[in-house]
Amino acid sequence: MSHAEHVNGELPHEPEKATLEGRNKVLGFWLFLGGEAVLFGTLFATFLALRGQNNEGPTASELFSLPITAAATLILLVSSLTSVFAIQALHRHNIEKLKLWLIVTVALGLGFLGLEIYEFYEYIVHESFNMKTSAFSSAFYTLVGFHGAHVAFGVVWISLLIAQLYRKGLTVVTAPKVYVSAMYWHFIDVVWVFIFSVVYLLGKVG
Amino acid sequence: MAHAHAHSHSVKRYTGIMDWLTTVDHKKIGILYLIAGGFFFGIGGIEAILIRLQLIKPMNDLVSAQVFNELITMHGTTMIFLGVMPVIFALMNAVIPLQIGARDVAFPFLNSLGFWTFLFGGLLLNLSWIMGGAPDAGWTSYPPLSSTDYSPTHGVDFYTIGLQIAGLGTLIGGINFLATIITMRAPGMSFMRMPMFTWTAFITSAMILFAFPAITVGLVLLSFDRLLGANFFDVAGGGNPVLWQHIFWIFGHPEVYILILPAFGIISEVIPTFSRKRLFGYSSMVFATILIAFLGFMVWAHHMFTTGLGPVANALFSIATMLIAVPTGIKIFNWLFTMWGGQIRFTSANLFAIGFVPTFVMGGVTGVMLASAPADFQFHDTYFVVAHFHYVIVGGLVFGLFSGLHYWWPKMFGRVLNETLGKWTFWLFAIGFHMTFFVQHFLGLLGMQRRIVSYLPNQNFDELNFISTIGAILMGIGVLAFLANVVATSRKPVGAAADPWEDGRTLEWSIPSPPPEYNFKQIPLVRGIDAYWKEKMAGNKEMTPSEPVGPIHMPSPSILPFVMSLGLFIAGLGFMFSTEDFSNSFMSLIFNKYIVLIVGLLITFAAMIARSLYDDHGYHIEVEELEGEGKA
Ligand code: HEM
Ligand SMILES: [Cu+2]
Repeated sequence: MSHAEHVNGELPHEPEKATLEGRNKVLGFWLFLGGEAVLFGTLFATFLALRGQNNEGPTASELFSLPITAAATLILLVSSLTSVFAIQALHRHNIEKLKLWLIVTVALGLGFLGLEIYEFYEYIVHESFNMKTSAFSSAFYTLVGFHGAHVAFGVVWISLLIAQLYRKGLTVVTAPKVYVSAMYWHFIDVVWVFIFSVVYLLGKVG
Repeated sequence: MAHAHAHSHSVKRYTGIMDWLTTVDHKKIGILYLIAGGFFFGIGGIEAILIRLQLIKPMNDLVSAQVFNELITMHGTTMIFLGVMPVIFALMNAVIPLQIGARDVAFPFLNSLGFWTFLFGGLLLNLSWIMGGAPDAGWTSYPPLSSTDYSPTHGVDFYTIGLQIAGLGTLIGGINFLATIITMRAPGMSFMRMPMFTWTAFITSAMILFAFPAITVGLVLLSFDRLLGANFFDVAGGGNPVLWQHIFWIFGHPEVYILILPAFGIISEVIPTFSRKRLFGYSSMVFATILIAFLGFMVWAHHMFTTGLGPVANALFSIATMLIAVPTGIKIFNWLFTMWGGQIRFTSANLFAIGFVPTFVMGGVTGVMLASAPADFQFHDTYFVVAHFHYVIVGGLVFGLFSGLHYWWPKMFGRVLNETLGKWTFWLFAIGFHMTFFVQHFLGLLGMQRRIVSYLPNQNFDELNFISTIGAILMGIGVLAFLANVVATSRKPVGAAADPWEDGRTLEWSIPSPPPEYNFKQIPLVRGIDAYWKEKMAGNKEMTPSEPVGPIHMPSPSILPFVMSLGLFIAGLGFMFSTEDFSNSFMSLIFNKYIVLIVGLLITFAAMIARSLYDDHGYHIEVEELEGEGKA
């Protein structure tokens, strides 16, 4: 069994896959994302089944404002790009760039969360659109909220990884962690693309 | 919560209870799963006996209607999620790494986490009995019956939240075994050389991965309806109760195959060993397993024929369901052909395996009958369905588990179970089983509905119900015989041979019983299907090693999985009682303001952070130690 020891000096080109533990972690994470896909798939199916049931509360087209969500979409898409830059830096063993791009990613994630909290706040306080309003509202908050909770989790997680990079540097132990966190980040980004289309765009057009 | 040993290589090794709380060794986790599963199986069994005692005669009043509803709900839920699932995981943990020639699973830490989340979820669910009433809406918990209108106690909340936590454990276990089987196989063990039990564990894990997230979402939605006032299944708020049925059965039907596939795997190990023949049609077995898993995801609506999906949907789901009988039939014939011309030995393990075949066929036949949508309008929600699923789950899965336990017991504990008591177990359990459930087919056809607390006399139900209850008691005695066997055997000294059945075919029989903590001193080289048998036939006493003797790296034990699960348990309780009206102002402060919920989640997150920050370097077992043990 290979041993996840600090590597002094030469780090392999793909340090995330240098040890059996690292390879297992990446594979296990792919599997986990498969399960996550089913989770969000079920939430999307629920939303699609209930999206017309506004129960005399606000409808999707009355509620949504595309500029805000478009901005949120842009922010999250860019953050996916910055996490790609981070992984490229990882493969070049450029730890300074790696930390920098991860920090940018986290900042963008926080920006996205800020917009989402603002959006929910507006709906709840000014539009009296909350969890209890209708089946549509329940499905909306659950789907979008689940995604938001994933983003929040990702922000905390990646921040912790940045701290570890400062303390321990880039090793065959930290590299797989950073790599799978990037996989996670792309995944929630893709989910958001679906949310943007299915919840917001579809909601606006009818 | 940092590890004392996080940065040292001289890892602290615990003893006694701390050893069990912190272990990441798959063999010990297997034993933990077995104990916990056995415990819940016992609870579910007592519930079953109480149900049958209530129904022993017409108009009986042993228990109230409310308690009866709680009993049937908890019986089904406990047996499926907390009884048989963990025993399956017990055998998978005990056997899979050995069968593929690995020193451990891919994620030892997660393995332990999966166990503890399962256990705490199960405990939470069962706490309902003493905390205001158990769930009472059936193991399927259909709304509106499971809504706060019709189920006002916290019972269903215990169901939704307990199962979410337990389900998380199952999901983690599934991912772990998928990764283990993909990456940890010994050199030479290609996929098509894997033992059948490993194959079925692999496919079952894949099904867990794709089925459990669906029920998690369903449970979340139901708990939001009940605790946050959401409207998913509430018609008055625009919701749709049929949606729950779809989500439940999209998970539920795959779940029944998640349960039965490992039993297929066990049978496919036991029958060849005790027939002294290789498994007939290995490749077709593999193919049939995959096909069953695939079809298993396409047939959920056969549980909803009477919901009113319309004739087209019913026809399609009907045909898809009947198709499953084809791969299942292939398997049945393969087992028969394996026995054909073999030198059959009727050990207890093999009795259960052979008993499995006709019993499971009977369950399959009623399954195909139920799959015919027009006929199902008659059968649905009668005892005919109860008979069907007990034939497949008890006559199939539980027989399989008993077979596997008798078969692998020496490997797990180093002691062979007593054969005489084993045979008593089999005959009591098998006769009791058929007495209990065979008559239920006719009860159903005569019109007795399932889930009723009592019935009027003189509808031809009386004798059949009486027979059924006596049978249930016999089954109970059978289980007691097994327990007696376990106790008697545990008093014997450890001394089982590495290959106690002498005809072992797969890798687990090539190492001592029980195996050392690192399993294989040298990872073996696999040269064909039934790797160990192949070496024996070539005149070798041992497997050919694929590596020289060297220091072995082991993961360190950790208490963090226990702490994480405890946090979830606390958070679950906190969420559940967040809507409760407390007379005590302190209680209402900590529950209604979500303080308990938040504290629980913080415990879990803190443990996760500790896990991430402190690297686990593990420790090494040095060559001297290995050689020493080899000589001893
Ligand atoms: C040939 C294979 C099978 C077929 C065709 C089949 C078909 C069916 C059908 C159509 C129903 C619905 C009956 C109704 O509610 O009216 C049903 C119920 C059920 N089946 Fe099967 N089945 C098969 C195998 C299995 C297996 C292998 C298991 C479990 C190990 C299983 C467990 C169940 C359970 C638990 C229910 C009842 C669920 C409930 O309503 O509470 N079945 N089966
Ligand atoms: Cu089914």
